[in-house]
Formats: sequence, structure tokens, C-alpha cells
Amino acid sequence: MILGFAKRWSLASYVVAAILTLPLVAIVIQATALDESIFPHLLNTVLPTYILNTLLLMLSVCIGATVIAIPAAWLVARCDFPGRQIFQWALLLPLAMPAYIVAYVYTDLLDYAGPIQRGLRHLFNWQSPQDYFFPDIRTLAGASVILALVLFPYIYLLARTAFLEQSSSLQHAARVMGCGPWRSFWRLSLPMARPALAVGGALVAMETAADFATVSYFAVPTLTTAVYDTWLEYGSLSAAAKLSAIMLFVVFGIIGIERFARRKQKLFQKHTELNDGDRYPLSKMQGYLALTYCFGLLLLAFLLPFIILVGYGWQYFEVSWNRDFLNYAVNSLYIAVLVSVITVCIAVLLMFVRRCSPHKVDKLPSRFASTGYALPGTVLAIGVLVPLTYLDFAINDIYAYFNAIGPGLILSGSVFVLLFGFSVRFVAIAIGSVESSYKRISPTLDMAAITMGIKPKILLWRVHLPLLRKGIFAGLLLVFIESMKELPAALLLRPVGFENLATYVYQFVSDEQLEHGALAAIVIVLVGLVPLIYLNRSLEHRS
Amino acid sequence: MKFVKSLAVLGLACVTTLVNAADTLTVYSYRQAFLIEPILADFTKETGVKVNVVFSKNGIAERVAREGRLSPADLILTSDFSRLMELVDKELVQPVNSKTLNDNIPQALRSPQNDWYALTKRVRNVYSSKERVGPIAIDYEDLADPKFKGKICTRSGKHPYNISLVASMIAHHGEQETKVWLEGVKANLARKPQGNDRAQVKAVKEGLCDLAIGNSYYLGKMLQDPNQVSWAEAVSINFPNQENRGSHINVSGMALAKHAPHKQNAIKLMEYLSSDAAQKSYAEVNMEYPVKLNVAPSKLVSSWGEFKSDELPIFKLAEYHKAAVKLLDEVQFDL
Repeated sequence: MILGFAKRWSLASYVVAAILTLPLVAIVIQATALDESIFPHLLNTVLPTYILNTLLLMLSVCIGATVIAIPAAWLVARCDFPGRQIFQWALLLPLAMPAYIVAYVYTDLLDYAGPIQRGLRHLFNWQSPQDYFFPDIRTLAGASVILALVLFPYIYLLARTAFLEQSSSLQHAARVMGCGPWRSFWRLSLPMARPALAVGGALVAMETAADFATVSYFAVPTLTTAVYDTWLEYGSLSAAAKLSAIMLFVVFGIIGIERFARRKQKLFQKHTELNDGDRYPLSKMQGYLALTYCFGLLLLAFLLPFIILVGYGWQYFEVSWNRDFLNYAVNSLYIAVLVSVITVCIAVLLMFVRRCSPHKVDKLPSRFASTGYALPGTVLAIGVLVPLTYLDFAINDIYAYFNAIGPGLILSGSVFVLLFGFSVRFVAIAIGSVESSYKRISPTLDMAAITMGIKPKILLWRVHLPLLRKGIFAGLLLVFIESMKELPAALLLRPVGFENLATYVYQFVSDEQLEHGALAAIVIVLVGLVPLIYLNRSLEHRS
Repeated sequence: MKFVKSLAVLGLACVTTLVNAADTLTVYSYRQAFLIEPILADFTKETGVKVNVVFSKNGIAERVAREGRLSPADLILTSDFSRLMELVDKELVQPVNSKTLNDNIPQALRSPQNDWYALTKRVRNVYSSKERVGPIAIDYEDLADPKFKGKICTRSGKHPYNISLVASMIAHHGEQETKVWLEGVKANLARKPQGNDRAQVKAVKEGLCDLAIGNSYYLGKMLQDPNQVSWAEAVSINFPNQENRGSHINVSGMALAKHAPHKQNAIKLMEYLSSDAAQKSYAEVNMEYPVKLNVAPSKLVSSWGEFKSDELPIFKLAEYHKAAVKLLDEVQFDL
């Protein structure tokens, strides 16, 4: 707490938070508007299925991702086996892969017309689909498997950290009392990691709810695709906004659960270093099993799709390597860099106010600003366009009042709309990252600074920022990856003549010709890898 | 602070360059960019007018409506008819007074008010497996016949091509009968609707289904791609309803945006797209049927034979568009 904390700091944070919550407000207002009987019609026909699909998908992806992530996290954190060092970071790689690309690759492989089924038919001389059973990939179950494969690293990452941070003295105590690895896992580690698992699960659930491309490719209609359809096929913004409101309800429910889980987490966190010697040594056989498990996971979730992508990229290199491709790559980078800088600046401002303001209410702006992450891209697009178009018209009216020619759609029709939309969606990530970094700066430092008569601005520049370096950097990187991958918002918001790699790749995927977009897809993945590896390093050093 | 300032300047610079791209035409297109880009490049070569294309699969009408009088769109290209009518219904287009256009495009294929023009025709065909079925005389109505149970493949019912087909069924048979028909078709599907028209032909080749609904030009496209020739060669193309009303025709088309900032140039482009050269190019590149009478379809397309097409006035389809979407939801066609 700083005695001379100036009001303008809190004011600034309120203004920023208000701007960032505009889209949410716009959706709520739109949702109350009348619509031409579209919504009741949807409610009577397809909506129940959409909602059921959404819930089932979220549930099954969460379960699937948890089930595959926990053994991996436990093995890597607490056991010793060949290759452990590599899997520590390698199991994060799937995060760099957009889900719809993985979906495409697997549909191609596992479809009736794909090489696997063709091979089987050839081998057993089956003639028609009636001759044998093969699970259909383009189903809810198929989509769940693919999404679980791509999203499990969220849970893996958090679970691994939780396992690592569990006090080693507790583990020692357990061991002394005769707990073997299994019992100590079930009775000690797993229950203690539960809050972390809940956080990871919530992230996975939210990402699943936001997914647009995979489910639409798999012909599994969910609320996100319904919003898209209702808006663009029925042409009803208000019905789409109503659907969005339902969706928000679901997502805020998840956030509530996650918050609840995290509140408890504090009780458990007592840091002590885990030494290498504390890891359970596995027998040779067990070690190989562990290796096989981790490698299999990596193979399915990342290596296989990536290798196939590289194959396509190689085969179609001449068609794909053109000026458009380079342009779109630059566009993607440019947006991702700007968005990550903007969001991190906002995050630092909000968290600074939250830390230093003597008023409790000043904690609100950072809370509100974070709600944007709950908006799936499709929903977000509605929320962003409504207020910006309104402002655009106002600006042009002012010009017209002075008999001047207005600037046109300077906000909603330019890159600004993308920057704004992405910032709203991803600022929560930056806030989270800066927040966790802030937690590690002792308040006594602030007090010392104040005793020496330092002003808030200097405190931020000279004391906090240098100490926040890591959190800031992690925030920049995470937002950067997400901005490179984000598809639905980009698809709906991109201004005239503006494509980026994600929309470019999707154009081919939706036309079932990923081959031609493979090179662009590879770039998205590679660009995402670098930050991931760095991020993992910094986490390693911390734990 | 300096950093923030330079960032702001950079941002503004990017914004202004994108907004004030002067003397370029802006085309909003439902048609994939790579299909029309060669033709637009020729236009630029001839006239010096640069053309900026925004491609989108969905929502162009929504977008133009929202942008209102500030919209940068000059010309809107659609890949199907209901999209054209959607633009007209929402009053997003303006009539064009051009003798060239009226001369080039037959009356039946343009709006009486001159606010939209067709550019190409395509037929919704039924593909059949050469090996298991061979060429057959078939009506769309037959697709609901229980004898085809588990034998039909199609893309999502919600795709504009299928919506138009359903709309035409409503126009001929009324909603109630069409609903029964749709339920019948759904019951006959070999798998849940998915993929595009190309994927359906592939599924026929692989033996997953015997019949597939698809547009004619996909066959041409596949024959051009060395990896897909074998799919195309596995099917026969059948023009439905030849014994009665004729095959369902859809058109791709264009309309001048209501608030087109570069109206004169946009009309120039429209006239160019109806010219012999562009029509020929459309026909050759995209395997569609040209609308201009003296331009012949490509050799390959001609080889599929002559056919009788449904004389139903095309604007009727638009009338039933929403009803068609609702029916598809009611029978849960895609679920």
C-alpha cells in the first residue's frame, strides 16, 4: 500500500477495464433485442442437441485430457526413466499445433477412404463398410479424442508443476511409513494436485468450448458453430447474441469452479526443493514402459501430424511458397507482436494498481478485464463489432457535421478491430502471467521503497519492472502463440484485404486441401515452438 | 513514453494505409480467391484498375449491412443464387444501367430490376458409382426411395448448394412434402453429412456409398488434379429429372454494392466479367457453364452431354431459402 498513490492510476485502470469489457456488454444488450422468431425455432429444433453436444464434448475432452496427462506428468516429475529430460518439454509441443490441423490429418488417415481403412480392406478383402466395423472419426467421440490430444498439455503442465512443488519432506515421511510409489501417488500426490488439475481442466474446457474449426470439420455442431450459423445463415444477430449469452453462462460456470478450486490451493503450497534423489527409480522394464507411454503420446499428438504436414509442405512447396504466403506470415507476426505488447502493458498497469492501491475496489478492473478470455472467438467477434461500428458511424457523422469527408471504417474496418478483439481475448493470459510474477515480489520491497520516498511511477519502473521481467516475458510469449493460432475471431474480424496464416490455412482445410496450406501450417507450428521451449526453461529454473 | 508514441504512430500508419487504398476496386467474394484471381488480373492489365478481393465463406451480406454507407465494397461476387437474393432482400445492392451487361446476359439470368446478374450456371447432379450402379436416369425425388437405404452421400444440408436444392423442392412440392422427402433422404444416408462435394465422390470411389449429390464442376476439378483423377473416373455423372422438369440449376453471380465508392470502375469490371474473354476463362478454369450464349462450355464439360434444366424462375428459390433452412433444422438433417 502506498500512501501517496495517485487517483489517476486507478482511473486509468478503470478506463482500460471498461474498454475491454465493452464486447461483453454489447452481447448482453444485443441478446435482449427482439429477433424474428429465430430463437424459439432453434430452441424447438436443434438447440438442445447443440447444448448437449457442447457439454458432452467439454466433459469428455476434460476427462480424456486428464487421463492421458496425469501419468505423463507424474512420470516426468517424480520418476526417473530414460528420456525424462526430453519429455519434460517435448510433451508441451502439441500446444503449438492448431487443433483443426491435427483433426484434418487424422480424418485423412482414418476415414473410410484413408490409407488405414483401405489397407485393412485390401488385407482382409472386405468390400463395403457393412463388412467390418471401424470407428467413425467424424463424430463427437472422434472430436473428443483429437481435442484431448491437442489440449492435454495444459493439464500436463500444471500437474507436473504441482507434483514438483509438493514438499519433499511429505514424500519422505510417506516413504518412511512404507508408502510405495503407487500409494504415495494415490494417497498423497493426486489429492494434493487436485486444485492444479481443476485449473487445467477449466482451461481445457474453455478451449474446447471456444473451438470452432475442429467441430465444424467433424460435423459436430456445438454452441460455437451454432452462433456462427445463426449469425450468418439466419442473419440474426440478436439470436446469435442470445446463444452467445448461453455460452457465456456455461463458461462463467467453469470459471467459477476454477476460482473455487484455486482458492483452496493456497493452503497446500509450501515450497521445498525436490532433489533428483527423491525421484522413484524405475526398474528397467518399468522405465521402458514409461518411455513408451510418453513417446506414444508425443507421437500421436505432435510428431505424426507434424511429419505428415512436413511431407505435404515438401510435396507442394513450389505451389505454396509464394508472395501471398510471405505476406500472410508477416501479417500474422505483426498482429501477434502488437497484441502481445499491448496486452502485457495493460496487464502491468492493472496489476500494479491492484497491488499498490489502498482501495479494495481497485482490484475490480483486473477481474473485469480478464473476462474476455471467456469469450470464444465467434462470440467475441459479435461483441467487438457492435460497439466499434457504432463508434465509426459517430466519428464519420462528426466529420460530416463539419462538411468534411470522414475516414470511413477506421475502427471496425481496419487492423484495429483485430488488435482490439485479440487483446480483449488474450489479456487474461498476460494478466495471469504478470500476476504470478508479482506474487513473488515481497511487499517489504515496496515498503522499503516508500520509506525512501519513491513515487509510484519510479516504483514501477525501477523496482517492479526489473523483477517482473520473467512474468512479462512469459506473458508476451503465451499471448504471441495464441494470437498466431486464433482462428474464429480472425475469420470474422479481418479487415478488407487482410489475411493471416490461420485464415489462410483454414481456407484450404475447409476445402479439404490442406496440402496447399501445409507450409503456412508448419510456420504456425514452428513459430509457436520457440516460445514454448523458452517458457518451459523458465519454469524449470523456477522449480 | 517514446516507445509508446512510436508504437501509436506505427499502428496509425498501418490503419491508414489499409483504409485509404485509393483507386482500387474492392470486391467482396464468396467465390474462392484463386478461382477468380486470374480473371481479375487480366482486367487489371487491360484497364489499370487494381482489384482488391476479400474472400469469405460466410457472412458477406451481414458485413456489408453492418458497414452501411461506410462500406468499402464495390462489387459482390457470390457462388450461389440465394446469396445474391439475400443481398437484394437486405437492400445492399443498386441497379446498374448497362447495355453491355443486358446484351451479354440473357434476361432469365439477371434481375428484372438489373440489381443482380448471373455469371455462370452449375447443375446439382447425382453421381453414381460406375462399378456398382452405372449411369442411371434418376430424379431428386428418388433420393428418398428406401431402395437407396445406406447408399447416399452428401455434404452438409446447410451448405448453400443444398439449401437451394431444398428450396427448389419446396417450390415444386410445398413444404410438407419436402419435409417428408428430406426425412427420406436422411434415412438413406450412408454417413452423417460431411466434407465437400469432392469428398462425396471420393466416398463413392471407396465404396462407402453408391450415389452422391454434387455440382458438376467438381468432376472437372478432380480430373485436373493428378491425385484425384481416380476418384472422378469412378463415377458417372447423371443429370436428374430429365424426364420431367429438368435438373436444378444454380448460378454464381454479381451485384453492385449499394454504397460502392468506385461505381464507374465497378461497372467496368462487371461488364468485363460478362465479356467473351472472361466467360470463356470462367468456363475453362472452373468447369462451369457460361451464361453468355455464344460462349461454349469447355470441351470437357461439353463431353458430359446436353441436358434439360429446371425452368423454375430463379428468384423463386430465394423465396423459399429460409423455409429450406428451417426444414433442414427440423428434420435434423446434419445431426
